[in-house]
Amino acid sequence: MATELQTRPEPVAPSRTGDGISLESVSHAYRGPRGVVLPVLQDISLQAARDEVLGVVGPSGCGKTTLLELVCALQRPDVGAIRCPPAALMPQHDLLLPWFSALDNAGLALRFAGASRAQARRRAVEAFAQLGLAGFEEARPHELSGGMRQRVAFLRTLLSGKPLLCLDEPFGALDAITRSEMQDWLAHALLRQPHTVMLVTHDVEEAVLLADRIAVLSPRPGRVVEQLDVQIPRPRRRTDAQVVALRERALEALHAGARGERA
Amino acid sequence: MSALLVVAGLLGAWEAYADSGATSSFVLPAPHEIAVALWNDAGLLAANLAPTAVEVGLGILLALLLGFTLAVAIHLSAIVRRALYPLAVGSQAIPIAVIAPLLVFWWGFGVFPKLVVIVLICFFPVLVTTVDGLAAVDPDQLKLLRTLDASRWQAFRFAELPAALPAALSGARIALTVGVIGAYIAESQTVTSGSHAGLGHQINADLAAVQTPRAYAAAFVLFAFAIACFYVLSLAERRLAPWAPRRRSSPA
Repeated sequence: MATELQTRPEPVAPSRTGDGISLESVSHAYRGPRGVVLPVLQDISLQAARDEVLGVVGPSGCGKTTLLELVCALQRPDVGAIRCPPAALMPQHDLLLPWFSALDNAGLALRFAGASRAQARRRAVEAFAQLGLAGFEEARPHELSGGMRQRVAFLRTLLSGKPLLCLDEPFGALDAITRSEMQDWLAHALLRQPHTVMLVTHDVEEAVLLADRIAVLSPRPGRVVEQLDVQIPRPRRRTDAQVVALRERALEALHAGARGERA
Repeated sequence: MSALLVVAGLLGAWEAYADSGATSSFVLPAPHEIAVALWNDAGLLAANLAPTAVEVGLGILLALLLGFTLAVAIHLSAIVRRALYPLAVGSQAIPIAVIAPLLVFWWGFGVFPKLVVIVLICFFPVLVTTVDGLAAVDPDQLKLLRTLDASRWQAFRFAELPAALPAALSGARIALTVGVIGAYIAESQTVTSGSHAGLGHQINADLAAVQTPRAYAAAFVLFAFAIACFYVLSLAERRLAPWAPRRRSSPA
């Protein structure tokens, strides 16, 4: 796993104090076989307060997933400091365990924390109705639609009880209609139950709909091209003039980053 | 149904060839002669099937246990992998005849030396398929479980172990099919005391006494036994790994 990356000199582990997210001048390189060193992230500084949604957008391969792994303490950054509370990851592909029912998948973290299967299921079943999953408790993942699987995966992340949720392209694998439904659903879920969220996506519109602030990254090695505050009242609709305008701004920053300009 | 047609066609061709006088009944008995031997010697065949079935059943169980345990140890420890994997591979090259006298010397004329031979032959496919199954878990899956605070043991129990189960069962299926011929080898190579020493033993005795139809009848019993075992394992597989997609690998 990440052991080979942890043996590098002077690693700075994520500090677990404070409820917001703070990255200070974080740089990280991928070390491949035969001494290949590939800079992935360069001088990333990001902030988000507690219960804020921090959107990170960037082109494919800009190091977004590495950024999440650093925040989730799966890797340690080569340079820089990360301060954030314990984080749970929701991956792009749901990675539900096919041998468990939806309910057992949702309660996985509770069982890792020592709860019995019955206890974990009791906690998970309460949330199932709220997430529109009632009736599918015993379904195996392959029997669920893509949107349902992502909701179960989200619930699994939520039930970990971690203060920070790291969403890695959570709806990237869904078709366009389901994706927009799931974006509305997540916006409502976060409105009801605010959480500190780091949302990594290549979908600018998704970031504008869901985030409180957006960091735009350049192609690899990823650096922050622009940071945008999203001061648009919720619920947001993708046709709102403000949403459209901000989406255009973020897209421009994305293109500028791709051309190598610093905005 | 289609299997029955194939068998009927093969039996018809066999019968025609044997009846044409191209060979003698000592070399290739006709199917009807084998059927007569099956009928007349049913008691003897059943009495000899019993010890062979016990050998195969126990041998496969022990081989599963050994193969699976070794696979887990090899998966969890690089040292064990380096130390034992080459030995396991090499063990498959040992001609049974070389070690058979030693096995009998140590453990006598009972069932135990035969179990050792069957386990030696059968554990390997279970080992290889299980090692591969354990290693095939998506690394992202393991990362995800770590962010949910799974311990190494929990990641193994919740993700790697169930993921490896279908592969292990595939290995068990291979082990089973070689297990029946393994029992024949075991009985041929190690001496047995008692009147009903197993079908393998009986086949060798019948061939030596030019009782060819009865040897074929015994071989037919082994043939049917192997198929029956395969079905039983397919049923077990459905219970053990019900999430696995129905593969078209069962004989049904």
